[in-house]
Amino acid sequence: MTVDPILARTLLHQMIRIRRFEEKSAELYSAGKIRGFLHLYIGEEAIATGVMQSLTSEDAVFATYREHGHALARGLSAGAIMAEMYGKVEGCSHGRGGSMHLFDAAAKFYGGNAIVGGGLPLMVGYALAQKMRHLSGLSACFFGEGAIAEGEFHESMNLAALWNLPALFLCENNLYAMGTALERSEADTNLVEKAASYRVSGMSVDGMDVIAVLEAVQKAVEFIRSGRGPYFLEFRTYRFRAHSMFDPELYRSKSEVESWKQRCPIAAFSTRAISEGWITAETVTAIESEVASEIAHAVEFAEAGSLEPVETLTRDVYTESVQKE
Amino acid sequence: MRMALREALQRDPRVFLMGEDVGRYGGTYAVSRGLLDEFGEDRIRDTPLSESVFVGAGIGAAMNGMLPIVEVMTCNFSLLALDQILNNAATLRHMSGGQFSIPLVIRMATGAGRQLAAQHSHSFEGWYAHIPGIKVLTPATIEDARGMLWTALMDPDPVIMFENALLYNLEGNLAADAGPVGIDRAIVRRSGDDLTLVTYGGSLHKTIQAAERLAEQSISAEVIDLRTLRPLDMETVLKSLAKTHRMVIIDEGWKSGSLSAEIMARVMEQAFYDLDAPIERVCSVEVPIPYARHLEQAAIPQVETILAAALRTVKSHV
Repeated sequence: MTVDPILARTLLHQMIRIRRFEEKSAELYSAGKIRGFLHLYIGEEAIATGVMQSLTSEDAVFATYREHGHALARGLSAGAIMAEMYGKVEGCSHGRGGSMHLFDAAAKFYGGNAIVGGGLPLMVGYALAQKMRHLSGLSACFFGEGAIAEGEFHESMNLAALWNLPALFLCENNLYAMGTALERSEADTNLVEKAASYRVSGMSVDGMDVIAVLEAVQKAVEFIRSGRGPYFLEFRTYRFRAHSMFDPELYRSKSEVESWKQRCPIAAFSTRAISEGWITAETVTAIESEVASEIAHAVEFAEAGSLEPVETLTRDVYTESVQKE
Repeated sequence: MRMALREALQRDPRVFLMGEDVGRYGGTYAVSRGLLDEFGEDRIRDTPLSESVFVGAGIGAAMNGMLPIVEVMTCNFSLLALDQILNNAATLRHMSGGQFSIPLVIRMATGAGRQLAAQHSHSFEGWYAHIPGIKVLTPATIEDARGMLWTALMDPDPVIMFENALLYNLEGNLAADAGPVGIDRAIVRRSGDDLTLVTYGGSLHKTIQAAERLAEQSISAEVIDLRTLRPLDMETVLKSLAKTHRMVIIDEGWKSGSLSAEIMARVMEQAFYDLDAPIERVCSVEVPIPYARHLEQAAIPQVETILAAALRTVKSHV
């Protein structure tokens, strides 16, 4: 694939933006500004970045509870996401969802799901409607390798293949479902082979290489748009931080974490982009500065936001304005 | 039901039916017989035995401009899809801050009485009525079976319709122009002054029969068909109670934590002083529904047990 300076800068900017946003979120969580659960995407930025670069506004995206990076890459503003985590009414889900339930209907970003595998049937149904309505968009769903153990994964793969749906299955294999390593939960850890058993074409990709991600997704998207059915991508990746802010990481060694950190997608791409002449060191500095400013504004926006009055607690349970019991 | 489905499919191209054996088999209760030939495979979709994905897919399709009718063969199998129903269908609108609606209709057969034993005889209407974010319908008459479906399809929110299997063979005449009916009101099926009998679904006809037996004893019973369990029309129930001051609730769910318990609680909260006697209820006995006919019949509400409860309440505290 041809990478030009503009694309290189875009990709790098997006990854750095996600990284700094996540770092700031961790800081704010420790300061008590963000509550509940916080699942950081640090280390996995190349995947959301590469995927969203290849999707269009006609496509729909379903994600997991570790979805800040996906939301940012899909076009939700840092302010809307931060305000959401602050529980403010200016948040993308009006403070009703929090970190795990980021939604933006205009961006066709359908959350944010806290049930592992829970978004897969939704994505399949959305794809079914796209096909029935003769629309050109596809539906994509991110899920972790842990979701492969859930029945919903198997049911969803089977139905998507059986009905030849424009469904893109995006498995982020970061090796651990919370604290359980893949080989301790799957008798067969060859994920692409599992997809093949449903007659779903698939590929395994180095998820730490944003160009490899981009290339793989473009191939998958082309396949789906040509009407040949669903596609499965496994991204081999690693989360540099714990599962969530509560996790003492007893299940993996520090040396393992360190060795994956050597493969940081941002450092790797930055180095490559400079050596290829797509960008310079000054570009990186400029990006960092822009990102720092964007995030500072996002935090200000969240801090200045308002809390929804308790009087409207029962709003949006039903589409009518008045809740009926 | 078949008529209602046909009309819906004819009226709106966004409507489609999806579920196990709805197509080639003609529907497990023959409800969808002939529809596949008439509307084709795109709109009458036989699914694999995968409740979670086909209910979830119904939600996803409803999010994307379609009006799916998902048929879960019976409420007994709906447990496999409970996560999709509760954590997605009932919850997505709220979690997103109101960004979209999910106009999904799920139809399920329900009820006991045909010796199908414990795993095929549940009545979960009351259980589902516990969940904010969905609507729960329990049609018990031909007019309601036909009329509620269209209203449910036009509702922007997820609606679950429980069809008691014993009612599928009900026969009657329907006006040619019988249209959609409301889904948020109970209806007084039989007027009376001495006591209020509140029920829904499969128990309605037994309750009416009990009311007729009471009339032979000069006791005038008012029968209320709830029709919808969520939202619950307490206004109609309380208006009746204000007149009769005595109540029996007939609910095919198991007694503990049932819909009848909810109604009793609301009567306590809102109309305690209208009661001249404690409320009686006739529910299923707390046992998994047994196979042997006499045991099954003893486990579920019957005309005799409704009658007995009614007589007890009429005779108490006189």
